[in-house]
Amino acid sequence: MKIVVTVKLVPDTNAAKRIDPATKRLVRTGLETVLNPFDEYAIEAALQLKEKLGGDTTVTVFTMAPETGKETIRKALAMGADDAVMLSDAGLEGSDVWATSYAMAQALKKTGFDLLIAGGLADDGNTGGVPGALAEYLGVPALTNVRKIEEAGDGKIRAQRETDSGYQVVSGPLPSLITVTMAVGEPRYASLKGIMGAKKKTIVTLMLADLGLDRAVGTDGAKTEVLEISAPKPREKARVVEAADGASGAQAIFDFLREKKLI
Amino acid sequence: MTIAGHKHAAPPGAVDLLNIDALYSEEERMIRDTVRAFVRDRVLPNIAEWFEEGLLPRELGTELGRLGLLGMHLHGYGCPGASAVAYGIACMELEAGDSGVRSFASVQGSLAMFAIHRWASEEQKQLWLPRMARGEALGCFGLTEPDFGSNPGDMRTHARRDGSDWIITGTKMWITNGGIADVAVIWAQTDEGIRGFAVPTTAKGFSAHGIERKLSLRASVTSELVLDNCRVPAECAFPEVRGLRGPLACLNEARYGIIWGTMGAARACYETALDYAKHRVQFDRPIAGYQITQEKLVNMLLELNKGTLLALHIGRMKDEGRAHPTHVSFGKLNNVREALKIAREARTILGANGVTLEYPVIRHMNNLESVLTYEGTSEVHTLILGQHITGENAFM
Repeated sequence: MKIVVTVKLVPDTNAAKRIDPATKRLVRTGLETVLNPFDEYAIEAALQLKEKLGGDTTVTVFTMAPETGKETIRKALAMGADDAVMLSDAGLEGSDVWATSYAMAQALKKTGFDLLIAGGLADDGNTGGVPGALAEYLGVPALTNVRKIEEAGDGKIRAQRETDSGYQVVSGPLPSLITVTMAVGEPRYASLKGIMGAKKKTIVTLMLADLGLDRAVGTDGAKTEVLEISAPKPREKARVVEAADGASGAQAIFDFLREKKLI
Repeated sequence: MTIAGHKHAAPPGAVDLLNIDALYSEEERMIRDTVRAFVRDRVLPNIAEWFEEGLLPRELGTELGRLGLLGMHLHGYGCPGASAVAYGIACMELEAGDSGVRSFASVQGSLAMFAIHRWASEEQKQLWLPRMARGEALGCFGLTEPDFGSNPGDMRTHARRDGSDWIITGTKMWITNGGIADVAVIWAQTDEGIRGFAVPTTAKGFSAHGIERKLSLRASVTSELVLDNCRVPAECAFPEVRGLRGPLACLNEARYGIIWGTMGAARACYETALDYAKHRVQFDRPIAGYQITQEKLVNMLLELNKGTLLALHIGRMKDEGRAHPTHVSFGKLNNVREALKIAREARTILGANGVTLEYPVIRHMNNLESVLTYEGTSEVHTLILGQHITGENAFM
């Protein structure tokens, strides 16, 4: 089985970030690039499945990112993925969800897959729109919010979907796309052997010219436009309650909570 | 902004001001990241408790083994064969967690495994090394004795032949991992000079006793080993090496790791002090705004960056086969000394908070007191360098 994991390279999740008011885009200079944390869970799910299925199951990491992202992609290879495909082209800059998923889908058609696993949400843009759009472009079912893959193989997949009140067991044909939640298991550390072996693994680079697209991507192909950027409203100032003693302080807190219908 | 095609350099960071990061290879950075993540997830949330309780969980060994960090710079027998620099970087990240955790890995990899890898018979290597690399078997290294620390050549532990077996008798002291080890590398006097033995700790006559009342390296097992007519078969003896050359080759490996490790501890102290100084307000302003605090922080920054550069320089020399034991003495002497100064200075910035386990500083500071002494005291390294530059032996 060929498993492909789509990953996004995002700015360091802990770093302070700034939006350029002119371009309305995130300023990426000076920020370290890391694997989108949710995508690390997708890699973990893929590696678990590979370990379970054995045989000729392979895990390919797929990303759309500038060439400078290679070092970050190697981390995914060090975790245990077999190879990687990077879609890198200056013409992709400025792509929104629509253009990104269209370009990715065309590249993924070339790469081929039985099971496509995505993290579901990127830490930077937070749209969560790409996996659904990818499934649509690729014409495959999307099983979202998977917390456990029960079975995969022989042209079908059975998985548990997390819901607000529990989980559903769903099944579908292969090829399919799934998005996973953090319940699939903590992403493993890249081992020393994995790291040392990663440099021997192949990273294939695809460019727009390789895809033969019939519609525009990048800024020209974007269907959305960021009109305005604003900081969230600062929180209202906290109310300070002065109390003579512990008992009256507790009473004040109790009254407040009851007024808010929290108790 | 560019001028004549030259980009202005990005402003340097407050810790790695010299951008030493850029001198590492991609692989070295990945090793750094993976060990740092492990320390962040597994060591830092628990270390204050381990330190207070005086324990190091046994399973940490298997976890370090799974990561490939035990005997990582050795080749074959299930070891990854990483470079000296990669090994040093791992030591730095482990010790940024705690010197006890780094000591555990140093003793397992650079003393016990290195000794077996370098000196033991092929059969013994096959027996121990793959399990030790996985962290399933643990090792310790018995050289120091109660009365012979800096002067191991006069050790009293001795081994004599009895038929084809060896009978070993003596006491070894301050042995890291002693009480949890499955195999002890024991150095002993014989009729042929000092020889080494890989002694299974299940051997009759072998016992380990914990040294409990320590105020340093508390998250580390330190033991006294007693060999009371301990009988081991002939194959446990290292076949070829005789004299102090045997143990000293191993010590040189572990000392090398300390050059890096101490800079990890120093970094943790500096980062803590810097962050604390920016947030701690006295007389209506952060203490980072006072000149005395700034001087302290800047002095720490200078030595941290210089010490890390030194570690990298000696590491690269080691990888190129150009490192001499005097280089390792130079690095160990300088970096432990400076790390200890940084830890003490950081402690003053944290004021009273600096003496609690809520912050890592006093833990590192106390640990570094042991690091100053073990693996060659600062006095011994001074005399090694003194002898090297003057030609005069001031040891005796």
